Amino acid sequence: MTRLQWMLALLSLAATGIALVPGLGGSAVAPPELLWFAVLASASYLAFAVRQEGHAIIWTSLLLSSLGAAAVISALGDVAARGIGFWSLLVGSWLAAWLSVERLSALPDGVDAAGRLRRIAVPLLFGIWLLILWEAIVRATNVPTVLLPPPSMIWERLTGSLPILWVDFRQTFLKAVIAGYVIGCLSGFVVAVLVDRVGFLKRGLMPIGNLMSALPIIGIAPIMVMWFGFDWQSKAAVVVVMTFFPMLVNSVAGLSAAGHMERDLMRTFAAGYWSSLIKLRIPAALPFIFNALKINSTLALIGAIVAEFFGTPIYGMGFRISTEVGRMNIDMVWAEIAVAALAGSTFYGLVSLIERAFTFWHPSYRSG
Amino acid sequence: MTAGADYSPEIAASHPVRRFFDWAWSGTVLPVLVVSAAIVAIWYLAAIWMNAPFQRDLFTRADTAYSTSELVRATLSQERPVLPAPHQVLQEIDKTVFRTKVTSKRSLVHHATITLSSTLLGFLMGTALGIALSVGIIHSRALDRSLMPWIITSQTIPILAVAPMIIVVLNAVGISGLLPKAIISAYLSFFPVAVGMVKGLRSPDLMHLDLMRTYNASPAQVFWKLRWPSALPFLFASMKVAIAISLVGAIIGELPTGAVAGLGARLLAGSYYGQTIQIWSALLVAALLAAVLVGLIGIANRIVLRRMGMAQ
Repeated sequence: MTRLQWMLALLSLAATGIALVPGLGGSAVAPPELLWFAVLASASYLAFAVRQEGHAIIWTSLLLSSLGAAAVISALGDVAARGIGFWSLLVGSWLAAWLSVERLSALPDGVDAAGRLRRIAVPLLFGIWLLILWEAIVRATNVPTVLLPPPSMIWERLTGSLPILWVDFRQTFLKAVIAGYVIGCLSGFVVAVLVDRVGFLKRGLMPIGNLMSALPIIGIAPIMVMWFGFDWQSKAAVVVVMTFFPMLVNSVAGLSAAGHMERDLMRTFAAGYWSSLIKLRIPAALPFIFNALKINSTLALIGAIVAEFFGTPIYGMGFRISTEVGRMNIDMVWAEIAVAALAGSTFYGLVSLIERAFTFWHPSYRSG
Repeated sequence: MTAGADYSPEIAASHPVRRFFDWAWSGTVLPVLVVSAAIVAIWYLAAIWMNAPFQRDLFTRADTAYSTSELVRATLSQERPVLPAPHQVLQEIDKTVFRTKVTSKRSLVHHATITLSSTLLGFLMGTALGIALSVGIIHSRALDRSLMPWIITSQTIPILAVAPMIIVVLNAVGISGLLPKAIISAYLSFFPVAVGMVKGLRSPDLMHLDLMRTYNASPAQVFWKLRWPSALPFLFASMKVAIAISLVGAIIGELPTGAVAGLGARLLAGSYYGQTIQIWSALLVAALLAAVLVGLIGIANRIVLRRMGMAQ
């Protein structure tokens, strides 16, 4: 046990102990007696376990933190319960969770199932505790829901308005993002192959392409809305322009990634331009191309959503966000953001999976 | 260039004009100029082509006969063209930058300064936060394990979608003006800095770290004398990304406040009233601003690295 872990354990026990003192506003009320005894039991078990090395302390601190969290959440409905006891129980179980994370990440990395599980469990615990703290603090201190709604309320809104969210998702993601992404990436790649053939163009276009990737291209959104109308076509156009330059720059860099040795080898095989392009240079460029595809997956969603701020039909994720903000329905905004986040990371994850399948030979994927 | 080192018979034999052409052809200056000129030419052609239908319509309604040259001239001087010609945009920039008082609300300098100040404030906040996070992450395994995956995931979500909410909610609490926009910029710009600096602070060789250990260096000494200097190239690379993205954040942050001031407000107002020339001039100034900011960081990068003896 490091000094930090000792401190975490002691502070967690102290805070939980305070919470268990009757009459401090925590123990006398809401949570079922059984839960209360469970917290008490796990706390005393933790006090016993800190003196042992090994995994016992991880399990007990996890147990204490989850029981404590359950008690805190169930006490939230009761206004009278939010005394000193409530807060010290929250702090105590949070510290216990921290302790378990510290212990878990101190364990050596393993490539076995347990190691992989740990690698997922630690960030997951962090995320869950972020939600628990958000929920508990926002509800216990009565933060107005128009400023920051608690996660439970956002979840209710999310599950309650699935049809609206689906319509928005279809408009923004399935139409604008996908169309724009495919056109933008394809045209970027085709232009890159053309540019790569002509050295003069390559030298002239590359500095401009690099500059363009740094510019606030999103600003063309109002122009595209004027040109292509309010529907999804204008959003797709913004996405095309935004995704074009990263693809161009990365593909050109990738096409020159094949080494001299390999190129010489292709020449000794008397391979022409096309066969050496398809058999050597495009495969060698794949890591760069996938890098651009990944960058673009995020950019595309941002482009489509922001373009909707400039005018849309009466649905679409960007439209919903900007109007619901205006009507102070912040929970709906959060629900839409949650959908966007889920869509964005799923999109990114899919591209990464495809990348893994196509560039399995790359050093970054070789295992041990 | 010293005469002795670069002397070679072929160069001496070739004609100076030929040599100049060789240099221009193989360098980047001429190609960039040619490509830029081609872009401007295409822009003009597109402007004529896109504005022509409306102009033809105007002529037919006024019952005036027109020649092709008149049509072309007219398409390049419309008041609200579909695509303004480059010279119209430049004239607008010239008018709103140099011939309007800086304090006036029509001055583009006025709007650009507003956007620039929130960009810079947000960039500073974001960079500081990013560095602080990366320092925490490299020193604590628990932070690394729990926070890093979320930082990476958060880059895959469309953060800009949150912008209107941050602006409106902070406005409701009573915070308005520069700070909400700066917060959006900071929120966008801290990711590249955090990710880049984690990489950078971990970039020292194991050998060097071992050497520091043999010197019995404290963690603070290892940080300041080894990790920080070797992370600087990474810091500058990520700051280039960060400042560009923080300008985007500031511009987007100006949209939901109802087009009060700033380059984003100019874009929105332009799109409300169909003032295409105004949109394009705001866009061009924003692009210029981004190029200058990224360029400045590039220069700072070169100076710092040269003084540290790490010049590339």
